[in-house]
Amino acid sequence: MSPRSKTISTTRRSIYRHPISLVNRPTHFCPGCGHGTTYKLIAEVLDALDIRERTIGVAPVGCAVMAYYYFNCDISEAAHGRTPAVATGIKRCLPDRIVFSYQGDGDLAAIGMAETIHAANRGENITVVFVNNSVYGMTGGQMAPTTLTGQKTITTPSGRDTSLAGPPIDVCKLINALDSPWHIERVALDSPAGVRRTRKALMTAFKGQMEGKGYSLVEILSPCPVHIHKTPVEALSFLKERMIPAFPLGIFRKEGKRLT
Amino acid sequence: MRNRVLMNGNDALGEGAIRAGCDAYFGYPITPQNELTAYMARNMPAQGRVFIQAESEIAAVNMVFGAAVAGKRGMTSSSSPGISLKQECLSYLAAAELPAVIVNVQRGGPGLGNIAPAQGDYFQATKGGGHGDYHMIVLAPYSVQEMHDFTIDAFQLADHYRTPVMILTDGRLGQMMEPLSLHTGKPPKVPPKPWALTGALGRKPNHIRSLLLEDGALEQRNLILQAKYRKIMAELVRFDERMTRDADALVVAYGTSARIVEGAVDKARDMGLKIGILRPITLWPFPKARIRELATRVKGILVVEMSSGQMLEDVQLAVGDRAPVIFEGRLGGAVPDESAIIQSLETLVRHRHRGGRS
Repeated sequence: MSPRSKTISTTRRSIYRHPISLVNRPTHFCPGCGHGTTYKLIAEVLDALDIRERTIGVAPVGCAVMAYYYFNCDISEAAHGRTPAVATGIKRCLPDRIVFSYQGDGDLAAIGMAETIHAANRGENITVVFVNNSVYGMTGGQMAPTTLTGQKTITTPSGRDTSLAGPPIDVCKLINALDSPWHIERVALDSPAGVRRTRKALMTAFKGQMEGKGYSLVEILSPCPVHIHKTPVEALSFLKERMIPAFPLGIFRKEGKRLT
Repeated sequence: MRNRVLMNGNDALGEGAIRAGCDAYFGYPITPQNELTAYMARNMPAQGRVFIQAESEIAAVNMVFGAAVAGKRGMTSSSSPGISLKQECLSYLAAAELPAVIVNVQRGGPGLGNIAPAQGDYFQATKGGGHGDYHMIVLAPYSVQEMHDFTIDAFQLADHYRTPVMILTDGRLGQMMEPLSLHTGKPPKVPPKPWALTGALGRKPNHIRSLLLEDGALEQRNLILQAKYRKIMAELVRFDERMTRDADALVVAYGTSARIVEGAVDKARDMGLKIGILRPITLWPFPKARIRELATRVKGILVVEMSSGQMLEDVQLAVGDRAPVIFEGRLGGAVPDESAIIQSLETLVRHRHRGGRS
């Protein structure tokens, strides 16, 4: 054994390992999709807080539904948009468990807007992970409530016309109008720094739930290259240059206090 | 609370749920079932149980879905238009084999209709109002006592068969007051639920799902569900039969209609008409075998409903050409008239009838 390799072995420590809360299997998501990264970040947070064995996730219709393939914790399906209602039912019945919902933009801000607002307004002690990628992914790239003004989708072939479809909905701003939420934050998977900020936001939200603080919403701007018709690298530029200006990043609500 | 009490049907049903060990109730206002939601609001939190007035009927039933996922006993109630809103989730509950109790205190329809008692939701309840191949157990009480008792049964059946159970009643049974004996003794035993999501502590993660995209997986799933439905059909059929031994004619009616029929049949018997009654208690599974059997012994069968003739179709399917089947019904919240029923019975017994809607 050379002296050099000996040096390494004496100082070796684990700097990365596959999260226990994540099933070790290839992802079915499209190239450049942000769901895989988000799953891993949630799994890392469950590991770090040591709550995998008391966590229940709720995954509704859309690309989010496959969560049970990837999370190594209890997962329930929910009907499209009803995720916060199902999460409410679970959490109220098992208040000492950790309950999170994992919802796309169509699920959370279109069909499930009523459930979203009322769960937030009741201050349900749950963590809502909101993946905003500006389109419906699973159904093939239709206009979402968060599709940008002028953005082309298969149902806005000439670009989103706000005079017909209204402007994109800023969910964090909307939920921040309510008095009950404890933490509201928007982050983006646009860069390694953005990924780290996303992990931190998720950590805040899950930790808050463990401490009984109440409702948290983490909105994650995420790339969907296939349905915005871009390469994975271009999709990250789209995230930076188009989405972030429309959906400003930051903490909207911290420990129950409005910051914006 | 004393064991023998005077209560309205909605309250009696709520007290039944509480005594059945209902852990969580989720409601939304709609007449004529509001007494039930108010009863649960008064009594569930007081016992440390979950009560939420949800933002919609849809949210309410999906909260029940969540309670069932967590292995708890959940119930929601509504009336016809609100029950329509719940249908998607009923399909999901059936698909995921989740136990739940759903109460439909029916009112006049279609549309917003009115708030009078009706039986127009029979098809919706028994044929699967939601999408896909599924069934729910449907119980039809006809007294305040049964509103109470069947609710306890509903929770037991839901857990036993891992299926949603509907109590199909109506505004009259919900609102009228009658004396009843409350269920006493220990709350019924809840079977173990190793499938429930409670956090994967020391076990493999559990999943509640109905999306099955793998080749052939959904057909296999459906075959398992169908086998369960056949088992329920073989084990669970319930009905109440009266005065059929010497009957020349049979009346088939459930719920409020059966109450009116009882009065009419008593009068018809006084007039010398030998009439029997078969009252289905489970609307699904339907007591078709017994009705078929009785059809061979009577001159004809009268079906009475507060609808255009929905259960009538199940009776006709059971009877075939063994006996003529005639129908007496009222619509849109109207209640069948005793004299009209007696007249139909006279026709049936004294003149051979060709059958069909009278």
